Amino acid sequence: MFNAVELSPLLLTLKVAGLATCTALVAGTALAYALSSYAFPGRDWLDAFLTLPIVLPPTVLGYYIIVVVGRNGFIGKWLDHYLGISLMFTWQGAVIAASIVSLPMVIKSARAAFEGVSPDFENAARTLGQSEASVFFRVTLPLAWRGILAGAMLAFARAMGEFGATLMVAGDLPGRTQTLSLAIYDAVQAGHDTLSMQLVIFTSVICMVMLVSSGKLLRAEY
Amino acid sequence: MTTRVSIKKTMSSGSRRFNLDVSFYSRGYYTILSGPSGAGKSLTLRCIAGIETPDSGRIEIGERVLFDSENRINVPVRERKIGYLFQDYALFPHLSVADNVGFGLKKLFRPLSGEGREKVAELLEIFGLREMAESLPRDLSGGQRQRVALARSLVNHPSVLLLDEPFSALDHSLREKMRAELKAVQARFNIPVILISHEPADIRAFEGDIVEYSGKGAVHKNSSSGTKLFSAAGYSPEASCQKVRF
Repeated sequence: MFNAVELSPLLLTLKVAGLATCTALVAGTALAYALSSYAFPGRDWLDAFLTLPIVLPPTVLGYYIIVVVGRNGFIGKWLDHYLGISLMFTWQGAVIAASIVSLPMVIKSARAAFEGVSPDFENAARTLGQSEASVFFRVTLPLAWRGILAGAMLAFARAMGEFGATLMVAGDLPGRTQTLSLAIYDAVQAGHDTLSMQLVIFTSVICMVMLVSSGKLLRAEY
Repeated sequence: MTTRVSIKKTMSSGSRRFNLDVSFYSRGYYTILSGPSGAGKSLTLRCIAGIETPDSGRIEIGERVLFDSENRINVPVRERKIGYLFQDYALFPHLSVADNVGFGLKKLFRPLSGEGREKVAELLEIFGLREMAESLPRDLSGGQRQRVALARSLVNHPSVLLLDEPFSALDHSLREKMRAELKAVQARFNIPVILISHEPADIRAFEGDIVEYSGKGAVHKNSSSGTKLFSAAGYSPEASCQKVRF
């Protein structure tokens, strides 16, 4: 179906979206647990801040990412000076962009999943002599994992479709940082109708599968 | 075994406030917290278990002080050695009957020890649960669920058993049977029991100290504090609490 040149954006997209999903899964689960378990000052503000990537234009996110990890950004400058690394125009930069846009997907789902676990189960575990870590790994997480995984599926679908922030941070270098959504844009611009249709259908099918799996996971198990 | 509880706690949500002010002393095997719903009986039990923290007061079970606001003692829930039976049992839905019963013996990321497995097998045998050891809680009847919850709460040799309306989730035909079973369990494990009930049948069945809660005075006739309904052991428990609304 695809030749080698066409395959590269596909593999790159799977790599970028996969790594972004893993990052969002770990960070999002931890943040969602903190948001659902502790009533700390500024919780609503932190929640709103972490939800921003859903509503902000991708270009705004791209701008912020450049400000932080760009060559003159406060982390980017440090990375460049001490490690000689620049994330701009690399696929790792695309991973950062995709992680940030998919993070809210995990947080929203995981927070709902954690809040859906009855405190009685956690208290029962505590009366049975269990530490807080044990309560989390033996009760809370096993009862919430389906919701968290459903969020990870949405995060993957979102990461795959990321365009604007990726373009600003990683550029559109064929074979290096050109992901599916960028390749589709280029194919349409260049008038490669068959290729663009193939890529569009492929992307749609994967996202469809992700959404159906996510919905199935959310159906109550117990 | 003596139980001394004397605690105060104010809960507020929005414009509603609830004051709990209870103190009782019991030396019998059974202590029954009785009174209208919303009077703070469950809250008392949760304070004894350590799930909630009183604003002030003292909780003493046997020789152990679990909470003492004056001396800044507040033993964490996991160290209180208390068996707690939740109203709907709160069996872990993702774990089998055997894993529920053995939950308190297993350490995080480690398999259950051989000794632990023997202990679980023994409890399953005592509670007649051997055949359903691998079943999930959702596949059990109400009576079986209660047995699992009891077995689970006894696995760590608690020093007291707290039961939050233990029979309310069961249909009437089953209650008499489970009362007898609870008595047998109490005798076998020789453990003091504090239970919540507003049913006269429970109060008759478990002769013990009665702690009478007042509350919605209009609903309840014996609303004066320190009312003693039955006190087989002959100690005089007292309790008072009030609900305040602004």
